[in-house]
Amino acid sequence: MAETSAQLSRSRDLDKLLLRPGPLVDSSFEPGPDLRDDLKEYVKVLVVGAGGLGCELLKDLALSGFRNLEVIDMDRIEVSNLNRQFLFRLEDVGKPKAEVAAKRVMERISGVDIKHHFCRIEDKPIDFYSDFNIIVLGLDSAEARSYINAVACGFLEYDDDDNPQPQTIKPMVDGGTEGFKGHVRVIVPGVTPCFECTIWLFPVQVKFPLCTLAETPRNAAHCIEYAHLIKWDEVHSGKTFDPDNPEHMQWVYQEALKRAELFGITGVTYSFTQGVVKNIIPAIASTNAIISAACALETLKIVTGCSKTLSNYLMYNGADGLHTKVTDLMKSSDCLVCGPGILIELETSVTLRKFMDMLEDHPKLHLTRVSVTYRGKNLYMQAPPVLEEMTRPNLELPLFDLMSKTRKDIIHVNGMAGEGDKKQSCLRKLRIVFKGIDGVTDVDMAGGA
Amino acid sequence: MAEPKIKYDRQLRIWGDQGQAALEKASICLLNCGPTGSETLKNLVLGGIGSITVVDGTKVEVGDLGNNFMVDESCVGQSKAKCVCAFLQELNDAVKAKFIEEYPEALIETNPSFFSQFTLVVATQLVEESMVKLDRICREANVMLLFARSYGLAGFVRISVKEHAVVESKPDHMWDVIGLNNPWPELRSFAESIDLDTAEPVTHKHIPFVIILIKLVEEWTKSHGGRLPSTSNEKQEFKGLIKARMISTDEENYKEAVQNASKVFTPRGISSELQTIINDGSSEVDSGSSDFWVMVAALKEFIANEGDGETPLEGSIPDMASSTELYVNLQRVYQAKAEADFLVMERRVRDILKRIGRDPYSITKTNIKNFCKNARKLRICRYRTIEEEFNTPAQAEIQKLLIDEDYCFAAGFYILLRAADRFAANFNCFPGQFDGGLDEDISRLKTIAVGLLNDLGCNGSNLIEDLVNEIVRYGAAELHAVSAFIGGVASQEVIKLITRQFVPMTGTFIFNGIDHKSQILRL
Repeated sequence: MAETSAQLSRSRDLDKLLLRPGPLVDSSFEPGPDLRDDLKEYVKVLVVGAGGLGCELLKDLALSGFRNLEVIDMDRIEVSNLNRQFLFRLEDVGKPKAEVAAKRVMERISGVDIKHHFCRIEDKPIDFYSDFNIIVLGLDSAEARSYINAVACGFLEYDDDDNPQPQTIKPMVDGGTEGFKGHVRVIVPGVTPCFECTIWLFPVQVKFPLCTLAETPRNAAHCIEYAHLIKWDEVHSGKTFDPDNPEHMQWVYQEALKRAELFGITGVTYSFTQGVVKNIIPAIASTNAIISAACALETLKIVTGCSKTLSNYLMYNGADGLHTKVTDLMKSSDCLVCGPGILIELETSVTLRKFMDMLEDHPKLHLTRVSVTYRGKNLYMQAPPVLEEMTRPNLELPLFDLMSKTRKDIIHVNGMAGEGDKKQSCLRKLRIVFKGIDGVTDVDMAGGA
Repeated sequence: MAEPKIKYDRQLRIWGDQGQAALEKASICLLNCGPTGSETLKNLVLGGIGSITVVDGTKVEVGDLGNNFMVDESCVGQSKAKCVCAFLQELNDAVKAKFIEEYPEALIETNPSFFSQFTLVVATQLVEESMVKLDRICREANVMLLFARSYGLAGFVRISVKEHAVVESKPDHMWDVIGLNNPWPELRSFAESIDLDTAEPVTHKHIPFVIILIKLVEEWTKSHGGRLPSTSNEKQEFKGLIKARMISTDEENYKEAVQNASKVFTPRGISSELQTIINDGSSEVDSGSSDFWVMVAALKEFIANEGDGETPLEGSIPDMASSTELYVNLQRVYQAKAEADFLVMERRVRDILKRIGRDPYSITKTNIKNFCKNARKLRICRYRTIEEEFNTPAQAEIQKLLIDEDYCFAAGFYILLRAADRFAANFNCFPGQFDGGLDEDISRLKTIAVGLLNDLGCNGSNLIEDLVNEIVRYGAAELHAVSAFIGGVASQEVIKLITRQFVPMTGTFIFNGIDHKSQILRL
């Protein structure tokens, strides 16, 4: 009995929001103790990233009624994390972030279960991600966001009228910060724009033209990039530059300094060298706290319906006064990632190899080095070698057979898109329809023919 | 403590060694250490604030475990201030952390001089009456004050400081190429030394756009009776003139010249914002004036004399397509002018100090130089007292927002949070704080809110109907996520106030956790 009342009063504040009806809530909101208990019992949340945002997110979610959390991060703790990643201490330096973050939160909040994954997001099978009710992103790169976005959108299925099927929607909440600024966005695939629909929000990183570096350096950054991108390779043939190796960094700094002196340029310091070479984004505790808190609040609202949700992009800027702005971003109807998928009509005789060649020539795809998955099964994998060998025999089989002679279904392909050195890995959803098959295929007959 | 330079690297890139030193010198007092207060301090302790003093008279209850990360099961029944302080100390051993087990209201009543020892007081979850009293105390003692409150899905942050002057406001885009239509002699002769019509294509595409513009402006004014391009036709014509000088389509320097052509047309002189500052009564300085206003007084003289209507030059130029030699030399011309302007400013500052009876060297060279570099970007923030705001709020502003489609919730929350305090003063609990009698609380709160709106001379009672229900539903809950947001905002503002860099919020920030259409109210 004492236990029960203690449990009840632990959620003293949250109960007000979850147990009482209100006028400004989502239509799905069903206030009551069941809602609170279901949140604890059944809802699984994945936090991607255990850095500045991730640490805050784990705390915020654990104190917002969520009990089943998982966190994935490939990084280890560094000294320069300690000014904001409050779950880490000096003695934790070198340990995996995900592991320490999960442990610290569980130590302080009893009843919370946090599983950690110390690996790259690409290392997890796609199925791993389907297990969560919602995915919260605390990342610092556009590439990683793109990847998770593609995975989550990959689960989305459309009905015959091209309307998203609600049970296949995997919502995401994404946060990001830089200095005193940050953003929060809510992505409900098929309903609100996905990361790819609005990829223009992320400015392309400016790179200096090589001729400027080599011939007309004008500032400290030019001298540093010359040492880093040109001089290093000239001097250290074959040895890759490692930005985490202090000796390498020192070498670049010294070379940059020499070059700056030669041209009468000032401003090369060790700290600035690190900033340019590693593209360091300034980060502070307060901004991470603000953005993570808004992400956690949106997660709670999406899952429970206890209030309206952000629609759908919040910008926060604290550098010049304080400005916040909510923008209702528009979905792109022919988005390759969250749209119904590119329709590809095939003859039943087309082999997997032929199909892969078609993807390379496809005007909207231009995919090379393609790997193909169908309903979680690997049809062909470029890597690792052992998987490649295992799946190689499939190349000569008809795709129709590999797809269990299904007339119409979704398959996922992963490959390289883009041109020259701008190639990047991307995941695409394709809607395959086989020609000349009736809606109701007799599988046995087709197999026997 | 190990390697503070590395530990603070990511923030030193924002506010530098000077900002960090200011933080490390600051002492902060926190009133009430619920999640809003605890989270505010957490963000400051991580960044290496000098010292903190946590004031809270309550003991940790089981309910606190559900919204405050700084307390755990072992804390139940103990002083909340003590437990929160212990956790905060764990985050950074460079910070001096103290606690006082005392109710803030009691300190405000019985020991007002207590507050004068701090750089800044963060007062969380205080009701109106205590806010007014504390504000009076802190103004008198010249201590910066910041209020933060979380209330269900609502909340606010409010700064209360008489005057906050910012030299390093660090705006995003504030680089203007000065001197394009009025080059000083050295810049003019540098431009004259360069031949735009060189036949050598590599040389041609490496002439900085600054030089191109200076020379073409001169050409233009010669043929237009000394006038600059002013009508839109003339501006187009001028851009055409630039394009006509290109000898190949890939000349980045000429493209930059076209992009920056508008800077030629911009009238000379200072911004209206800076004009307001130099016209401010405080620029009439006396022995009691701050260093900032002494330098403003010098700036005013500079603009009226040597500056010929302009501020001292900051001396840096952005990157532009150019040969190394021309760029470096151009940079030197700008730096030399900035140095000359600085020397004039320095002399004027010293003269003014002497005139007002202060040690002429009491302001350092570094500070004057820094002031010159940022002269165009100076900012002054002033905040009304809480009492003034409560007694005579900006009625028009509230009324406007109450009927604004996007921001009526924020305005409504402002009214209702004040109404909730009046409710609490009358009934000894917040509306909806306990589970029984919610309907009665709704009608009581509504009556109070309507009364308050009338007092303020506003009308909007039907608009806030839904919000009254919401506020009663919240029952003064301090939700963790909302507290972390409010605490984050509060700590960001504290950092701006203490480092005197960037510009703090200039009104009352009302948090709207329903759809995030939060708003700054200028009250």
